[in-house]
Amino acid sequence: MKQLLAFVQKEFYHVFRDRKTLLMLFGVPIAQIVLFGFTLTNEIKNANIVVSDYAHDNVSEEIIRKIEASRYFHVVHSNMSHNQIEAAFRTGNIKMAVIFPANFTSDLSHLNKAQIQVIADASDPNTATTLTTYLKSIISDYQVQMAQLNNTPYQINSEVRMLYNPELLGAPNFVPGVMALVLMLICAMMTSISIVKEKELGTMEILLVSPIKPFLLIVAKVIPYLIVSIINLITILLLSVFLLHLEIKGSLILLFAESILFIISSLALGLLISVRAQSQMAAMMTSQMSLMLPTMLLTGFMFPIENMPWPMQALSNIIPSRYYYTIVKAVMLEGLGITAIWKETLILAFITFVLVVINLRSFKTRLA
Amino acid sequence: MRTLRFLLQKEFKQILRSKSIIFSIVIGPIIQLILMPLAANYEVKNIYVAFVDHDHSSYSQKLIQKVYSSIYFKASPYAASYADATKLIEQNKADIIVEIPHGFEDDLVREGKDKLYLAVNAINGTKAGVGSGYLGAIIADFNQDIRLQWAQPGRFSEAATIDLVTNNWYNPFLNYFLFMVPGLMVSLLTGIGAFSASLNIVKEKEIGTIEQINVTPIRKVHFILGKLIPYWFLGMVVFTIGMLVSRLIYGIIPLGSIPMLYAFLAVYLITLLGAGLLISTYSDTQQQAVSVAFFFVLIFNFISGIFTPIDSMPEWAKWLAFLSPISHFAQVMRMVVIKGSGFQDIMPHLIAVAALGVVLNTWAVINYRKTT
Repeated sequence: MKQLLAFVQKEFYHVFRDRKTLLMLFGVPIAQIVLFGFTLTNEIKNANIVVSDYAHDNVSEEIIRKIEASRYFHVVHSNMSHNQIEAAFRTGNIKMAVIFPANFTSDLSHLNKAQIQVIADASDPNTATTLTTYLKSIISDYQVQMAQLNNTPYQINSEVRMLYNPELLGAPNFVPGVMALVLMLICAMMTSISIVKEKELGTMEILLVSPIKPFLLIVAKVIPYLIVSIINLITILLLSVFLLHLEIKGSLILLFAESILFIISSLALGLLISVRAQSQMAAMMTSQMSLMLPTMLLTGFMFPIENMPWPMQALSNIIPSRYYYTIVKAVMLEGLGITAIWKETLILAFITFVLVVINLRSFKTRLA
Repeated sequence: MRTLRFLLQKEFKQILRSKSIIFSIVIGPIIQLILMPLAANYEVKNIYVAFVDHDHSSYSQKLIQKVYSSIYFKASPYAASYADATKLIEQNKADIIVEIPHGFEDDLVREGKDKLYLAVNAINGTKAGVGSGYLGAIIADFNQDIRLQWAQPGRFSEAATIDLVTNNWYNPFLNYFLFMVPGLMVSLLTGIGAFSASLNIVKEKEIGTIEQINVTPIRKVHFILGKLIPYWFLGMVVFTIGMLVSRLIYGIIPLGSIPMLYAFLAVYLITLLGAGLLISTYSDTQQQAVSVAFFFVLIFNFISGIFTPIDSMPEWAKWLAFLSPISHFAQVMRMVVIKGSGFQDIMPHLIAVAALGVVLNTWAVINYRKTT
């Protein structure tokens, strides 16, 4: 026990002496929360669009006022030709052009039908469809309003309630993802690098011939990162409560317990990499390729898993962070208890168990 | 000049000998470029809708059928009550609940109006916004069908409609790969460039071989050039591989000029390697270099507009994006590949990247010391 403590102390010195690495250990979570909380949203706001109003009548102007009032659009008025629109698209400043043809209102009142032309820069399909959808709902709102004024029969009105996140912020979706990403990164990548470093510098030999048991040696390596991860977890939670005003709805103890389970699985992954890798560069590249990337892609917080082709969906089933993400979302944002997430918890525990067993196995062979 | 040639020979030998570097520089990007675009699809579809039908009328059935026949919506398990449906949302089996009130059809026919209640799981804000938008459009369409069915066939009883005629330029089929692949190429290239160059120099420091170089008559400039040129070439190779992968697998043919892309890349790589060099001058161990590089690459990657639109970001983040070479290159790639933008259009980005390159490289050279 005393030996272990001495080794843990040594590892702590390593970690805390190195200021620049600390920037990574504690800076990344903070930077990520701030970034994800304030900048990263798939929602499209203030998109520059051109409105060419050839009609200049009261209906077109009223619709344009509605478009201007929406926070999604930033309207530039100018009657552009198709060539001018294309030139504007090519510089990338304009996302969409909305064109009201001449005699818009007279068509509407005489033919009962009028058209608005929309040209979207679909080089970004997501922005194009989202902006078109927003525009459609503005127009249909306008029509509903008109219909109510004219007392049109057979109206269906929908009353929409947004649950859990009424302002449709990006943060609630991202915070659990960031938690998974950060914990995974710090535990797995930094642990593997710090072990491989000893190999690369040759100090591993010295450690292995010291009287401490090899198993405890690894435990000592892992403990500082476990503690750093827990500190990070607390930082992330504090930041999301006080900076992003996200309420933690569920049980804090459950959240911590699940997090520690996930941290252990990540540490085990890091150890696994360190057994294979021979140089720090290789360890880093492996963690990036086999941990970072799958965590970002297959966890579901950046890209919806259900859109992916089936092999990737299948692959996502063995990614621990996917379960952790679901758990955090359920506990933190929806306030659910263990009854709602026992399945995910069991799977996560099973993955962790398998990883730890593999580690113990491969560890023995290395000592021989 | 001769010194530089020998240094280059040494570096190329070291790089080509190391299997892990070759793997991470050549095979890694190919795998990533094949996998990532498949996953990086924000398109909102597969929205699960649960209907709580208290009416059980022909209208409510028609509405349900109409919604489920759309490609965007999928059926959730049956829910008998609103509470049941809420459970489905908690279990992630439903994204939207539509409650059809009792007497929906009767009210609609007799009183001329009725309400539908929609509850949306809004944790994923985008999915909620777009999903309820789609659903609203379908309901409006359904409404129009009913109106046409009941209204007198006279001109004035019919409600006036405004049609949106949408044209999607450059990408009429809204092919997501066309958008993501050029952006991801930039992201991959940046990761490799920034890390490998800085790690390489720091490795010499950590292992101690840099001392040997420091006591030789090799000049500071030669040493730095000797480190940067090989990675500059590697960057070119990785980019070429990326272009080939996107051509062969995704069928993406740049609309604009390819030589212009390479010219921009040449400048971009100098800037990027300058950043890597700068990091290496500030680090003593590889772990440090990785940490610092990681910190910045992560921030600049996410803020670059590759994954989320820059327009939606707050002002300070836009400034940060402006200062990041990644966002300029990503924009240029997309502009040239998808829209065929010309030199005039990419000029501002080229100037910005070149200026950043001058600053970063000068800073790094000044900061580099032969003595420790």
